[in-house]
Amino acid sequence: MTLLLQYTLIFASVLMLVALGGCYSEHSGVINLGLEGIMVIGALGGALMMRYLPSTLSPVLMVILVILGAVLFGVGYSSLLAFACINLKADQTIVGTALNMLGTAAATVIVKAINTAANPDDVSSTISYVQPKRAFIININGFEFNWFMLIAVVVLVIAYVVLYKTKFGLRMMACGEHPQAANSVGISVYKMRWAGVLISGAFGGLGGICYILAGVSEWKFENGVAGFGFLALAVMIFGQWKPLRIALAALLFGFFRALSNVYVGFDFLLALNIPSAVYNMMPYIISLLVLAFTSKKSRAPKAEGIPYDKSMR
Amino acid sequence: MKKLLKNEGVQSLLASLLCIILGLVIGYIVLLFINPSGAFDAIIDVIKNFFNYSKSALQMKNLGNTLAKTAPLLMCALSVLFCYKVGLFNIGAAGQYVAGACASLYAALAWGWGWLPCLLFAVAAGALLSLIVGLLKAYFNVNEVISGIMLNWIGLYTTNMILNNVKETTSPYTLHLSSANPSAILPSMGLDKLFTNNKYVSIAIPLAILAAILIMIVLDKTKLGFELKATGFNKNAAKYSGMAEKRNIILTLVIGGALAGMGGALMYLTDYEQWMCTVSSVPGMGFNGIAAAFLGGLNPIGTIFASYFIQHITSGGAYVDKTMYCSQISDLISSLIIYLCGFVFFIKYAINLYLARHESKKDTRFTEKELSEVKAKEGGDAE
Repeated sequence: MTLLLQYTLIFASVLMLVALGGCYSEHSGVINLGLEGIMVIGALGGALMMRYLPSTLSPVLMVILVILGAVLFGVGYSSLLAFACINLKADQTIVGTALNMLGTAAATVIVKAINTAANPDDVSSTISYVQPKRAFIININGFEFNWFMLIAVVVLVIAYVVLYKTKFGLRMMACGEHPQAANSVGISVYKMRWAGVLISGAFGGLGGICYILAGVSEWKFENGVAGFGFLALAVMIFGQWKPLRIALAALLFGFFRALSNVYVGFDFLLALNIPSAVYNMMPYIISLLVLAFTSKKSRAPKAEGIPYDKSMR
Repeated sequence: MKKLLKNEGVQSLLASLLCIILGLVIGYIVLLFINPSGAFDAIIDVIKNFFNYSKSALQMKNLGNTLAKTAPLLMCALSVLFCYKVGLFNIGAAGQYVAGACASLYAALAWGWGWLPCLLFAVAAGALLSLIVGLLKAYFNVNEVISGIMLNWIGLYTTNMILNNVKETTSPYTLHLSSANPSAILPSMGLDKLFTNNKYVSIAIPLAILAAILIMIVLDKTKLGFELKATGFNKNAAKYSGMAEKRNIILTLVIGGALAGMGGALMYLTDYEQWMCTVSSVPGMGFNGIAAAFLGGLNPIGTIFASYFIQHITSGGAYVDKTMYCSQISDLISSLIIYLCGFVFFIKYAINLYLARHESKKDTRFTEKELSEVKAKEGGDAE
């Protein structure tokens, strides 16, 4: 039971972080389908930090530096999306998809190169971080508390306050609803959209490192993040682009994702004799059902997906 | 020259070539970072692919291998292209391809069907999977990209579960068609002779090219194609002019799914590869199809060449020096190419801007010339 709670919370944290990232990007008017790729690159940034930092480092410093690595990688990578979609007015769907493929391919190439350089016989794309991982986890009576659970809550509060209570957030949302009107009162739509995409990069990177620290202590980068970026988009839509609702949606999805990890621990679930593949499919099936029921009255930002062209004002 | 540049098709071709060159250059730079000493050889190995063999017989045989994998890729690319023409982004092609693979292999191995029914069953399976996407899009307004991705994973896990029943006892791979059911292998019609008796070369290749031509005719020459494209341009306008816009969305995705499903059959019914029942990520074929469709300038004929090119460098990745680099470098290059394809609109815009500037400059020069003539005349008069 504790295990189920632990996994639910950690997966919910991942989904919430990434979905909040998507929420910022979409409120500024850019659909960020590249979240999956951003997660992979963010995870790579964090994992590289863990690999190269000395294990004698104090846990607090370790946590901070790993997070910094993930955020920086995520922000850097998302600037590829921002540049293409905002400045060059590229199709946001194509660029997002390209970034997803590029993320996994680039991470695989980089990790393999590092592994092979260290040991010519090692051609795997795996980074292991058994020792540094301990800095993130506190064991409370068998419940493994991960710092990311707290970070996710803090990020949620900040995201909510910035979006609804500050001039910056309200202006950003204006750019996603009616960029022409926003521009006419002196708001730079390009700058706001860049900010939205870069923030989504930071949250996406954070979600990525959080995901590979959940449960396992080594990561094979060839596998990417198994569609988690898209699950986060489903969470965002289910949450109707509102931070608090996103948090609740993330808990629901996190629960179903956690089930596939821990269902063997429940006798009555084992007795049902359902193949493990069904549990693996569960989060995706649930998200399809949820989307079917919530997309009809969707409150997506009105101008999302449409490149801003000043001459159209 | 300028007339040529103004041509829409020439612009697309130029943009695609620019994407390829830039993609290769960036790939080369990445290789330089990893290990500068062998980078140039590695990128040349990727480009050369089967030319890495010196004997022409071996070259032809390996060209056959690349072509055998080009056929399914072309089908996936056509699936993406067809849906994109109707304003739908069929990222679910990857899952529909998997569904096709699952249906054709299961029918061949468990029920002992011949190749044609297997192929048709795969087409139906792909169509069924994308029917779900279509229904969700038309009636529930679900974004087809997200539902497509979800179904990719659902399709993958289901396929692993189903094909687990027809796998070899000692390995995670499905049984070999050549031993279990040779009647399900696609006939070669003598094509294998052209490629040094490469038994994987089959009618899959002409079938895929035929599909490309058919798609072009449907899109450009038929009422159905016109209606579908109109729905893609403006759903409400199509509805207003009496077209069944919901039916059109569903029909488009079903056709797209059928194409990708057929791709799955064209891949696995050649017995070139077996399905690994423990595979944990969706095969890249469908995603590479996106690259091929956009690189081909969203033109069915262009897509044939683009599919070959993408498969050429993907296969070429196997020839890099493994002590320094990994074969995924070709995945990196093809994903870079898709990213750059996003700029095609901008590249065309730049070309047109250049042309317009050039023309207006010529105009001013002309008027200057006129002016001087007039002046000369005036001067003459004054004399």
